[in-house]
Amino acid sequence: MAEFTLPKNSKISAGKHFPAPAGAKNVRTFKVYRWNPDDSANPRTDTYDVDLDTCGPMVLDALIKIKNEIDPTLTFRRSCREGICGSCAMNIDGTNTLACTRAISDCAKKEVPIYPLPHMAVVKDLVPDLTHFYAQYASIRPWLRTQTPAPPDRERLQSKEDRALLDGLYECILCACCSTSCPSYWWNGDRYLGPAILLQAYRWIIDSRDEDTGARLDELEDPFKLYRCHTIMNCARTCPKGLNPARAIGEIKQLMLARRG
Amino acid sequence: MNKDYEFIDHTYDVVVVGAGGAGLRATLGLAEAGLSTACLTKVFPTRSHTVAAQGGISAALGNMGEDDWRFHFYDTIKGSDWLGDQDAIEYMCREAIPAIIELEHQGVPFSRTEDGRIYQRPFGGMTTHYGKGIAQRTCAAADRTGHAILHTLYQQSLAHDARFFIEYFALDLIMDEEGACRGVLALDMAEGTLHLFRAQGVVLATGGYGRAYFSATSAHTCTGDGGGMALRAGLGMQDMEFVQFHPTGIYGAGCLITEGVRGEGGILRNSNGERFMERYAPNAKDLASRDVVSRSMTIEIREGRGVGPHKDHINLDLTHLDPKDIHEKLPGIAESAKIFAGVDVEKQPIPVIPTVHYNMGGIPTNYHGEVVQLRNGDPDAVVPGLYAIGEAACVSVHGANRLGSNSLLDLVVFGRAVANRCAETITPGAAQKDLPADACDRALANLDRLRNAKGATPTAEIRNNMQRAMQADAAVFRTGETLAEGVKKIRDIHASFGDVRVSDRSLVWNSDLVETLELQNLLGQALTTIVSAENRTESRGAHAREDFPDRDDANWQKHTVCWVDDAGNTHIDYRPVHMYTLSGDVDVVPPKPRVY
Repeated sequence: MAEFTLPKNSKISAGKHFPAPAGAKNVRTFKVYRWNPDDSANPRTDTYDVDLDTCGPMVLDALIKIKNEIDPTLTFRRSCREGICGSCAMNIDGTNTLACTRAISDCAKKEVPIYPLPHMAVVKDLVPDLTHFYAQYASIRPWLRTQTPAPPDRERLQSKEDRALLDGLYECILCACCSTSCPSYWWNGDRYLGPAILLQAYRWIIDSRDEDTGARLDELEDPFKLYRCHTIMNCARTCPKGLNPARAIGEIKQLMLARRG
Repeated sequence: MNKDYEFIDHTYDVVVVGAGGAGLRATLGLAEAGLSTACLTKVFPTRSHTVAAQGGISAALGNMGEDDWRFHFYDTIKGSDWLGDQDAIEYMCREAIPAIIELEHQGVPFSRTEDGRIYQRPFGGMTTHYGKGIAQRTCAAADRTGHAILHTLYQQSLAHDARFFIEYFALDLIMDEEGACRGVLALDMAEGTLHLFRAQGVVLATGGYGRAYFSATSAHTCTGDGGGMALRAGLGMQDMEFVQFHPTGIYGAGCLITEGVRGEGGILRNSNGERFMERYAPNAKDLASRDVVSRSMTIEIREGRGVGPHKDHINLDLTHLDPKDIHEKLPGIAESAKIFAGVDVEKQPIPVIPTVHYNMGGIPTNYHGEVVQLRNGDPDAVVPGLYAIGEAACVSVHGANRLGSNSLLDLVVFGRAVANRCAETITPGAAQKDLPADACDRALANLDRLRNAKGATPTAEIRNNMQRAMQADAAVFRTGETLAEGVKKIRDIHASFGDVRVSDRSLVWNSDLVETLELQNLLGQALTTIVSAENRTESRGAHAREDFPDRDDANWQKHTVCWVDDAGNTHIDYRPVHMYTLSGDVDVVPPKPRVY
């Protein structure tokens, strides 16, 4: 009989319960993952009953209300609160998304579960460690690479059609919702670049101003970096900006095939 | 005190605090110039609030019709209501053209014209021939221009191998006995460790303090940390009374809807469906300056012509625009309106309300980005080793009211200027004097007090009190009475910080502590804002006094400088407005009535 040892901190216990104030009529319950590296305890889920009559409409509003009024130790990233900075990416109601654009009323479960982005090391509570994700981003050298000198006193020209090829790509906010929803990235995230980074790679490959397409493709020609995409499509389903990284990955694979002739 | 805390030492030629548009542009320029450069930022660079800028960045490229940087210069001065420094405005408007070309060369995915050039749209207050025609000067990447620029600048920083310290929160400036800045003390949020950065130059690029108000388009992280540090270092803040209310924040949520919507033909309507801006600004109409539009909207609401069940907001109507144009040029706001107002912009108007958006005031600097103070009668005395850029600074190019799309421009032009200045004046690797033994004592004492604060009032409650008071008493329209009341309230709230309670005692990612440090930064700036506003007995730009409705150039064409000491006592003095230009290419624009 094989014996398995679960990794440290993988058993999550029930935590504290914070009931709503007496008299609250419109209450929704949030079950939030908590883990603090400063104590040696395993993670827990704390239960917060929030009075929605005094709360904004989004899940981020509920988290901020909890932090402001119930439990100031609850820790999460947030900044713009309008879906453009990508700070508050987390797993809400079973889906990776941004807390700031996810309406509480759209959450299906009666007790809304809120967890950090899956399969990432947790720094504390809802804050995942994105160091490796950012390093992978840097590894594709995501900047305009050209040989031809730019015209000295005016812009490079680009047709409207060529510019339109960047739509659906340049809008990525690097929130990591897609990569951390991808089973392939869960298993091979050390070497597979994942959907977010490959979308960025394609953004430069397809930019008519960039002159390093060959090298960019060479850099991705690797059994792991690119080809661990198995078109599971979780990335496209979960992207809070409505982008389709799987399509971008497919386009890169097509270009790889085409240049083999 | 020092014994309780250990810190990790770093030495760089220059340290940049903040990684928004200004901080990143400075960082990559400094790295490119061969200076060893560290950039500290409390959020990952692409999460900085520059990312939320929508409509565009101004430059007289003339891609969409006749234009000239001198027209831009005139418009900016008029927009500033003659409080902007004309040497700095000349510098910015002239440098705008190469700065935008440079951004394109760096890879910004600008929208394009039919002939492949950068697309430009009309924006408020931007004219040709000194107010006669409407200029198309605002370069756009759809309605996500800030996002496009910020991501490109971060990518360029990666290309230039700049050293980043991400999720580091700057605590205090290290000043020496001669008043020079010698470095900065920072907290690594992920580890809970302290880091002392010594540098020949410290560049504050920390953004505005919009979160001093209850309803702001600003991100939660816009807490003016550079301004807070400057005040604690005994430096005065300039023109803090000038707070811009953006006409079109989404009613309720406060999220920004770009002025580019009106640039593309959107119209503000009251409850009668009337295009009321025609009455207030017969020429520019919906594209008058932001202060003018925000006041007009407020008057409409006050006089009972607001929309909605409480008649307390205004409609922004895009329903007459071609859906194809909305899809191509305004996709981001269509998405925001759907999410935050439940509105389909092709069929329904967006409910909007003037919302706090931008701080014209900040740390006073010259057009090189060097921090200046009033010292021994010299209004332009440079503080050695200290620089400020972007919204944190007051150059002053925006004076009493900033024109839309001049902010992204300010970031890249002065980010570049400060890098150039440091390259000229700082020797790479030059030896740095030892810091005095007590250099960090004050900063550490403050941190120690707040880490262990066991008072009666939680951070969030004091912050809420401050935000409510600022919203009520330092609003679009102000009177001596409301301001006096506001000053009293904010003084009390400032004092209540002595009784703050921090609940989280952990070291790793202690956001309760960081929010408390941010609140401290906000409080100093809330106080200087309302005190400066009560002091200025005239109306100019965004500062509209109902008891003093006219501009008073004889007495008030001057910059306010306001200091706060640890006890919360304030002191006000003045710096003259620079009524001169840098070259003979353009003449000084003397004050005249401001009509749109």
